[in-house]
Amino acid sequence: MAELKLTGARKSFGTIDVLHDIDLAVKDGEFVVFVGPSGCGKSTLLRVIAGLENVTGGEVHIDGERVTHLPASERGLAMVFQSYALYPHMSVRKNMAFALENMGLKPAEIETRVARAAAVLRLTDYLDRKPKALSGGQRQRVAIGRAIVRDPKIFLFDEPLSNLDAELRVATRKELAALHAEIGGTMIYVTHDQVEAMTLADRIVVLNAGRIEQIGTPLELYNRPSNAFVAGFIGSPRMNLLPATVIADDGTLRLTLGGREVAWPRAASGLAAGTSVTLGIRPEHIDLAPGTGMLAATVDLVEHLGGETFIYASAPGLPQITLRQDGQSQFTRGDAVAIRFAPDHLHIFDATGAALARP
Amino acid sequence: MAALRLASLLGQRRNGHGRPLHWTDVAAYAYLAFGVVLMFGPVLWLVLSSFKTQSALLEFPPSLLPFAQVEVTVSGQQQKLPLFRATLPDGSVRELAQVRRIGLVAQMIDPADPSQQFRVAIDKRAPVRRVALATENYSEPLQRFAFLRFLFNSVFVTVVATLITLLINSMAAYALAVYAFPGKQAATLAVIGTLMIPMTIILVPVYLVVTELGLTNSLWAVILPGAATPTGVFLLRQYMLTLPKDLIEAARMDRASEWQIYWRIVMPLTLPALAVLAIFSIMWRWNEFLWPLAVLTKTEVYTLQIALNAFQGELQTQWHYLLAMTVVTLIPVALVFVFLQRFITTGIGSTGMK
Amino acid sequence: MPDIASASRPARGMASGALATLGRVLVLPVDVTMRLFDPPMRWMQRIIGARRMAYVFLLPNFIFFGLFVFLPIGIDIVFALTGGTALFPSQRPYVGGDQFAYLFDCGSYLDPATCREDRFWRGVANTARFIAFQVTAMVLFSLVTALVLNMKIRGRGFFRAVYFFPVLLSPVVVALIWKWILQRDGLLNAAITTLGGQKILFFVDPGWAMFWAVFVSVWAHMGFYTLILLAGLQAIPADLYEAAEMDATPRWRVLTRITLPLLWPNMIVVIVLALIKGAQTFDEVFVLTGGGPGTATLMIVQYIYETAFSGQVQNFGLAAAASVVLGAVLFVLTLLQFAAARRKEV
Repeated sequence: MAELKLTGARKSFGTIDVLHDIDLAVKDGEFVVFVGPSGCGKSTLLRVIAGLENVTGGEVHIDGERVTHLPASERGLAMVFQSYALYPHMSVRKNMAFALENMGLKPAEIETRVARAAAVLRLTDYLDRKPKALSGGQRQRVAIGRAIVRDPKIFLFDEPLSNLDAELRVATRKELAALHAEIGGTMIYVTHDQVEAMTLADRIVVLNAGRIEQIGTPLELYNRPSNAFVAGFIGSPRMNLLPATVIADDGTLRLTLGGREVAWPRAASGLAAGTSVTLGIRPEHIDLAPGTGMLAATVDLVEHLGGETFIYASAPGLPQITLRQDGQSQFTRGDAVAIRFAPDHLHIFDATGAALARP
Repeated sequence: MAALRLASLLGQRRNGHGRPLHWTDVAAYAYLAFGVVLMFGPVLWLVLSSFKTQSALLEFPPSLLPFAQVEVTVSGQQQKLPLFRATLPDGSVRELAQVRRIGLVAQMIDPADPSQQFRVAIDKRAPVRRVALATENYSEPLQRFAFLRFLFNSVFVTVVATLITLLINSMAAYALAVYAFPGKQAATLAVIGTLMIPMTIILVPVYLVVTELGLTNSLWAVILPGAATPTGVFLLRQYMLTLPKDLIEAARMDRASEWQIYWRIVMPLTLPALAVLAIFSIMWRWNEFLWPLAVLTKTEVYTLQIALNAFQGELQTQWHYLLAMTVVTLIPVALVFVFLQRFITTGIGSTGMK
Repeated sequence: MPDIASASRPARGMASGALATLGRVLVLPVDVTMRLFDPPMRWMQRIIGARRMAYVFLLPNFIFFGLFVFLPIGIDIVFALTGGTALFPSQRPYVGGDQFAYLFDCGSYLDPATCREDRFWRGVANTARFIAFQVTAMVLFSLVTALVLNMKIRGRGFFRAVYFFPVLLSPVVVALIWKWILQRDGLLNAAITTLGGQKILFFVDPGWAMFWAVFVSVWAHMGFYTLILLAGLQAIPADLYEAAEMDATPRWRVLTRITLPLLWPNMIVVIVLALIKGAQTFDEVFVLTGGGPGTATLMIVQYIYETAFSGQVQNFGLAAAASVVLGAVLFVLTLLQFAAARRKEV
């Protein structure tokens, strides 16, 4: 297993810059997830690490060794492709053995490794089938098996679950987590699904337009997003982001929110009066009570999921607010309600989107 | 936009691997360069040779470019005289014009000073030449050998045959693509069966049929037998199958007749496939050889290819005309190549797999 | 994909624009003629119904097929079973299998000289030898060229067109181009003598004549098969190569264990196709060597043509018998081709 270090990595295709100045360090045995919207460069970043693309600038180090200009075949990494890329004319066994043959291992050793990986992935019964005779989930396991047998320095996963249906995705996610626990390798995983990121990662790297927005553990990103983008991207349903203007910030934070003045006791953050900010509050941190109160709103829609309820309410001058309540709720469409934000869970983002320090 | 593409072309390769050229890359480019020479070279040689005079063609080893000897006007001489580079007995080399040649000695004069006469042995002079195109190689056959007639015949056959092919193949393809009718399977099998019967094995009977129809030695004998092509039918049918059925249903609701649906709706939509078939047909018909050879015996109905073949029989030694006529025969093809090759190559790539 | 050809696109755009307008102008009279068919077609449709119009559409094509393909095959068999010199079957006496007996009357099938109709068997021997060399050479060179073109080559479109150019030339042109080069005082001999060798009379020596027949044929047709193989290569998903790269596969192993096995179905189609076309080879060889020297490059189709059309006596029966034999061989090969194409899809 190995460490990965990227310093100042940049990647351009012709005149189009896809990755800007990426600095990243992945520890040995860590499960890191690259997540971000489509086109953010996460797959490109993975391919740069793999060696399938060359960096336009910056350095890549694996285990302290500079591999920036080393071709993919010499980096000792294994990749699970989004389309699995199984050799269609070879059986599962041969697919898994192929790389080992390239490495010049003895047939006995190859056989052992393949058998072991097949056992871990429950593929033993399918070893002699060809890929086209396998289901999507089985093919995916073969792709993983192909990576495992090589005992690589780092495992790379390129959106491996995106071709599976929802139920299979959940099951495979758990298997991947178990796999990591069992073989403990360094794994870098790319996905656009923040749920996969949150559930699988030791640390998450949030990417947007070729830049790293934030790196941290899932809960760090959840509780302390460093900017509005990460705040909105992580967590489902999305954090509510409401525009507001500062009235005063002197031990009590006073804001104009949707035309109303609201206030919370809060240590000063140095905001000047008149500054435009974005107020962030997660749906589960909002309370509702009938009648009027801090912020008056009308219920637009109630979604009863049984174990929890999502309520969508509108307050004048503000975008629709999403609220989450445990259990089953009494509110219905058209109810006039009072919204209360839990002050400990307020996020303030300045005009550039950066989070302002919390007390 | 073009500047950007040029820049990226000259700059890094798309993946920007930045590694030095592998020996396989060098070998690949060498192979491709060799291919260019091997594929174009002979044609280029043909064209260059076609512009040489008859006597120039007899030289060995042949010169690369078509040359003609420079001729100069010298005062006091009525005709232009050929210019030579002569080595004189005293060792000096001068450019002299030859007045006449008697046996092994040439009488030459200095063009600048015509009064000075020289006698030079013929092996001591070399012609002064410049690049010149012997265009008479092209113009003379056009007058002497009814070349335009052959050209017309080929054009007529190609155009008419292609039109007929497009028409009847598209009609058949339309039937097979759009309708379900008893005997459809059999009809499709019959078309496939036709694939197994190339012209080479039915030469004789088709000749009989053509004779029975009274078409011998008419261009129609060449046009008709090959007009219905199985590949054409399948190509068009394949394409028509991808057209939305709803279009045809809607047209029927609008009280259009089946013929109108075929001609006014389906055909315009099938244009890309029709274009591919048209190109195939044109290429094939223009180049057709065996069947016209068998069935055309009168010179005035010869197509260009047959005429060319006959030329090389009759004009055993008149290569200068033969080469020129060959070049003319390949000009239409060259034009098609320049403008439409991408079309053709992608067409074959996708349909050739059948 | 930036390539050299695209640099000339503005000029070509104008040309194809002009072509399009020309096309539209030419279509006009055709359109008018076709629309004239509207009323009679509508009338026919009223009588037989919309569904049966399918038969109307099929009819012209099938008339041609019937007249010029199916009927002839039947007549071929009739010719082959009859004797005499008349063209019309009614004037020909029935001889049963005599033509075939004559054709197959050989001391040893491997030695044409021992056969009654030695020309035919010489044709068979020559064609067999020709096919063996030509198909092998053609498939090999097409494969290599397709592999090269499949690499990340700049100007790939241009090079692809280069190799395809001779395919467009007519066989007469092709043969004359090379005949000119191979003349006693031609370009090739000039090169040979400059390098210090002796002039070779290529068309007088049977070995050389066959060699050049094969060479010219490969030169003229290679591009077509290259395109087919190239399409097959490009159908191989790119991420398989990336997976192979991640698996640290050396280049030659990628070729032998991934590329070629996945290309194999296409190769089979190409091989069978080349065999079918090779068996029918006539045009270039006939113009290039005339079947000579003597009968050194006489092919089966030339035998058929000469027996039927250019001999002193036009022996239609014998030619038809030979045609039937060739037809049988082609039939088997075509079935092979269908089987190969079917396997490819699976």
